[in-house]
Amino acid sequence: MYAYTDFDRDFLSERNAQFRAQVERRIDGSLTEYEFKPLRLMNGLYLQLHAYMLRVAIPYGTLNAAQMRQLAKIADRWDKGYGHFTTRQNIQYNWPELRDVPDMLDALGEVGMHAIQTSGNTIRNVTADHFAGAAAEEVADPRPIAELIRQWSTDHPEFQFLGRKFKIAVTGSDQDRAVTAAHDIGLRLVEREGQLGATVLVGGGLGRTPMIGKILNDFVALPDLLPYLEATVAVYNLLGRRDNKYKARIKITVHENGIDEIRRRVNAEFATRKAAFNGADMDMLKRIEADFAAPTFAAGQGAFPTHYQHDPVFRSFVDTNTVAHRHPDYTILTVSTKAHGATPGDATSHQMRVLADLAEQYAHNELRISHEQNVILPHLPKRHLRAVHAALAEVGLATANVGLISDIIACPGMDYCALATARSIPVAQEIAERFDALKLEHEVGPLKIKISGCINACGHHHVGHIGILGLDRAGVENYQITLGGDGGPDAVIGERAGPGFAYDDVTDAIERVVRAYLDLRTSPAETFLDTYRRLGAAPFKAALYPEEAKANAA
Amino acid sequence: MPRQFTPKVVTANALLEGDVVYLTKHGDWTRRHEEADLIEDQATADIRLLEAQALAHEVVGPYLADARTGPKGPEPVHFREAFRTRGPSNYAHGKQEV
Repeated sequence: MYAYTDFDRDFLSERNAQFRAQVERRIDGSLTEYEFKPLRLMNGLYLQLHAYMLRVAIPYGTLNAAQMRQLAKIADRWDKGYGHFTTRQNIQYNWPELRDVPDMLDALGEVGMHAIQTSGNTIRNVTADHFAGAAAEEVADPRPIAELIRQWSTDHPEFQFLGRKFKIAVTGSDQDRAVTAAHDIGLRLVEREGQLGATVLVGGGLGRTPMIGKILNDFVALPDLLPYLEATVAVYNLLGRRDNKYKARIKITVHENGIDEIRRRVNAEFATRKAAFNGADMDMLKRIEADFAAPTFAAGQGAFPTHYQHDPVFRSFVDTNTVAHRHPDYTILTVSTKAHGATPGDATSHQMRVLADLAEQYAHNELRISHEQNVILPHLPKRHLRAVHAALAEVGLATANVGLISDIIACPGMDYCALATARSIPVAQEIAERFDALKLEHEVGPLKIKISGCINACGHHHVGHIGILGLDRAGVENYQITLGGDGGPDAVIGERAGPGFAYDDVTDAIERVVRAYLDLRTSPAETFLDTYRRLGAAPFKAALYPEEAKANAA
Repeated sequence: MPRQFTPKVVTANALLEGDVVYLTKHGDWTRRHEEADLIEDQATADIRLLEAQALAHEVVGPYLADARTGPKGPEPVHFREAFRTRGPSNYAHGKQEV
């Protein structure tokens, strides 16, 4: 992991002291809310529906045990004993009080964490593949690049007041677990003729105008990457619209100007900016890469094969929640925060401490947060899997549902978010409980449901195999369903199925769609998405709207 | 014909805790919706909102929310405001915790 230098620590300390003084001036009346709001947002502090909310960056989703324990301590001391992991690999505290926030930021600083640029019209927390450095099929670990981008973008003077927020994601795998096509800039690390570089996508994003990113450059060699990124953001900063916040994201800039014109301008800007870098960024990258060196992997699986063979509960957990590690005696374990009926992404302070202990004791002191709101032990020796499973079971974290129907992404929705127009969390809870009661979810197999409580799409509903969008229709919660979305390497925006459903009818509607899939699939090996792609939307729409289908048939 | 006025309350969030608060008849803030001043006309609503905005050292973001008369006092009309009177659905936190 990247280790903070004295420079980093001093920077955070000074920044926190500055914010502490700003908070004091707001409380004593020297600053108005109008003056204070941009300052608090620059430090990740929002005011939501019921309380303040502090959004803490977890750069590229990577944590060590000490950091996880500190997150737990903050949850206990200044919040309500839990935290919420988000689709941007951040953690949010929903109940801080204003005068406590400087202390919370100091506590974060003690373990090299912060809340800088987790809000505002600037480059946000850089996200990455949550299996980085561990996945068997990976081309390269994306985290050193992500860390380089984090250092470059933090307090970058040119990019503190962009037209809108700006999100960058990096993957080093062709599986694209970082949803790069739905980001302002997506970087896919690739190797060409022995040289590492990146395919650069631009103009992706969800929200009210969902768009899949376009290829700006199919190969930018690593030494050119940072100046090329800087050129891209600079072009957006100059060309992007500021007359209408709904048209201010780079996806609109790309759409209105055309990818060829954007590419021409970026290339021109790159030509002038490249000289300023002088290779210093590559020296920095070398130092960063050393921090991300893989741990020394120990051979042997111990009693794992025996346990796997004789314990069906354990076997189900392993089959569902683990994937292949680059080392054959290791595995990547995804710990689901989605126990049936739980709030997706929430972890109690006790659960956080258990996860920290397990990482430290068994898994090379590394944890990840995924954009799917789960926690990952990326380097877990198979010989320790059973002990880890037992420890997780004691704290309600052993649910074998990763990638299944109850592993739902859900934004905080109107239960917390000031922007939301309907609730997300209780809908996710009810769907998970329904399919648990039906005992169908393992039979259904891989199926991603994603729920957003407003058009901003923090719950990624556009790229859900089944997406649910909560809206306010004439003062009542209403839920639109989209079908066929996909956030993978060939990302697709889902198609809206038809009229929305009332809050009380959503779960029934989802059950009808899923039962239709079970009837329509050619075999259990054909996933929901496969079936949808083979047959199109019509049979699923007929299941969703049976009365309409009956009328059309008559 | 002028539009019919929907009664309003002035609501905001407390500066220090972020709690949802309501302006009372006496010009102070209460955590309880039923203790809010139910405003019956637009002119009074505008004046009371200005009063609330002048209390920026106590609250953040005051605005007018639709309300109606209930058995215990004003009650919210829209579900968003109803959630604000009690707290989130998933935990007994917020006002419902008290």
